[in-house]
Formats: sequence, structure tokens, C-alpha cells
Amino acid sequence: MVYLTRKAEFSASHYYHNPDFSPDENRRVFGKCNNPNGHGHNYTLEVTVKGEVDPRSGFVVDLKQLKEVMHREVLDAMDHRFLNKEVPEFLHQIPTTENIAIAIWQRLVTKLDKARLHRVRVYETPDLFVDFYGEA
Amino acid sequence: MKAHLSRRYLFSASHRLHSEAMSSEENQLTYGKCNNPYGHGHNYVIEVTVSGTVDEKTGMVCNLTDLDGFIEREVLARYDHENLNTMQEFAKDVPTTENLCIEIYEIVNRGFRHAHLERVKLEETMMNSFEYAGSGV
Repeated sequence: MVYLTRKAEFSASHYYHNPDFSPDENRRVFGKCNNPNGHGHNYTLEVTVKGEVDPRSGFVVDLKQLKEVMHREVLDAMDHRFLNKEVPEFLHQIPTTENIAIAIWQRLVTKLDKARLHRVRVYETPDLFVDFYGEA
Repeated sequence: MKAHLSRRYLFSASHRLHSEAMSSEENQLTYGKCNNPYGHGHNYVIEVTVSGTVDEKTGMVCNLTDLDGFIEREVLARYDHENLNTMQEFAKDVPTTENLCIEIYEIVNRGFRHAHLERVKLEETMMNSFEYAGSGV
């Protein structure tokens, strides 16, 4: 089994707010991230797939195809967007880094041909990242 | 859904690698430059990984302010700008980055209650790093 990781970057804005919380509770739980006008990050996405090396091509996966899927399913939807308002998953779900990683996994997992998705890693900043392995 | 959250923190400290169980020659042979009696320092980076179910109400594995507060109080306040050799936990053990990584893991594992600790990674320089995920892992 060989693991292959492809990186991509996207920039987006978001804010954290739960409509079931009172304004005080939203501010207490989410702090600065609760500003309703939003704020932004340069996110780095790392997608790791795994599979056996194809003896004819020497590839785990066609990197060009992986790159296209990442662009089509993730970057086209999220890059330079206000996640809360423009990405369907986040109309009713808070776009935390955890939920972004899960949403990206769900967007990619059925779209890959040969290789199996192993991990989605999303960096919100270089010092904060979330890994999702598809675990329930 | 279970996710893993990782956060990186920086601190600076000095140490000297020297074992009382070894002769001077053996210490010199084993630790080389790190055996300099006056010590030397590093900018350490801790990478703490915790895991848990993403809370549906908050979208979080744990609130980052809880993790930051804990690491600030219990780890950074303890080690930042200190000489590791003068600290109680290194009275007997050599303050290698391996041993420091284990110490930090134990502090977080003992005290942090907001998520499950998966592992602690400690970078001594950009070129060296160590990871500990508990005994037996």
C-alpha cells in the first residue's frame, strides 16, 4: 500500500454562530469567531489517498485526475467564498475546521476512481489543523 | 463523526545532555556538542493532537480556548525560557527531546479533560522531531 498526498490552497471567510444559542452564549463559546460579518483564512488542504501501485503506470492514482477532482469538488465551491452563505453544507452547520474537513471528505469520497481516500487534512493556519479519516 | 485536531505551540528553553551513569568520555562520545557543560538552547515546537466526536452544537472536537489555556498554563508557563536541567523532572533523567516529549504527553494526558489525547510531537529543530502516543503505542 502506498499513500499519496496532494496539497491545495483556498481562501475563504466564515463565522461561528449557533442560532439555538443566546447572543451571550454564542460570544462565550465562539469568541472573536462569532463576529457576524465574518473573517477569513488561507486554508491549506491535504488530501491523502492510498492504493497499490499500478504495475503498468507506476502510479497509485492519476495525479492529474486527483487534482481535477479536488478543484471541481472543493476549490470551485469554497475558494474565495463566504462559507456560511455560499456553501450548501454550511447553511445549517457551523463551518469550523472540523466540519470543513468532514464536508471535503464527503465531497471527495465517492468521486475518486481507483485510489481510496485515506485522510483529509485542513489547515486553518499553520498552527491549527484537523484530520478526518472518515470515522463515524 | 470523529475528527483529530492538532495545534502547534512554540517555546524556548536550554538544556545540556549529560548522564550521571556515564564517564566523561562516554558522555562526550554519546552526546557530542550537546554535552557542553554550559548548555545550549532550542526553539521547541509542540504539536498536540486530540480527538473526539465533533459536537453538533459547536462543530468542534473541543473548544480551542480550553486547549490553548491548558497548554499555556501547564506546559508553556512551565518550560518557556527555562533551563530544563534545573527542573525536578530532569533531576535524574537526561532532558533529551524524547524525555521532554514524554513529560509533556503525561502532563496533557493527566490534566486535559475536554478531548482525548492522541499524541504529542515535539520538534527540537526544523530537522529533528519526536512523537509519543503513550506507552505501548
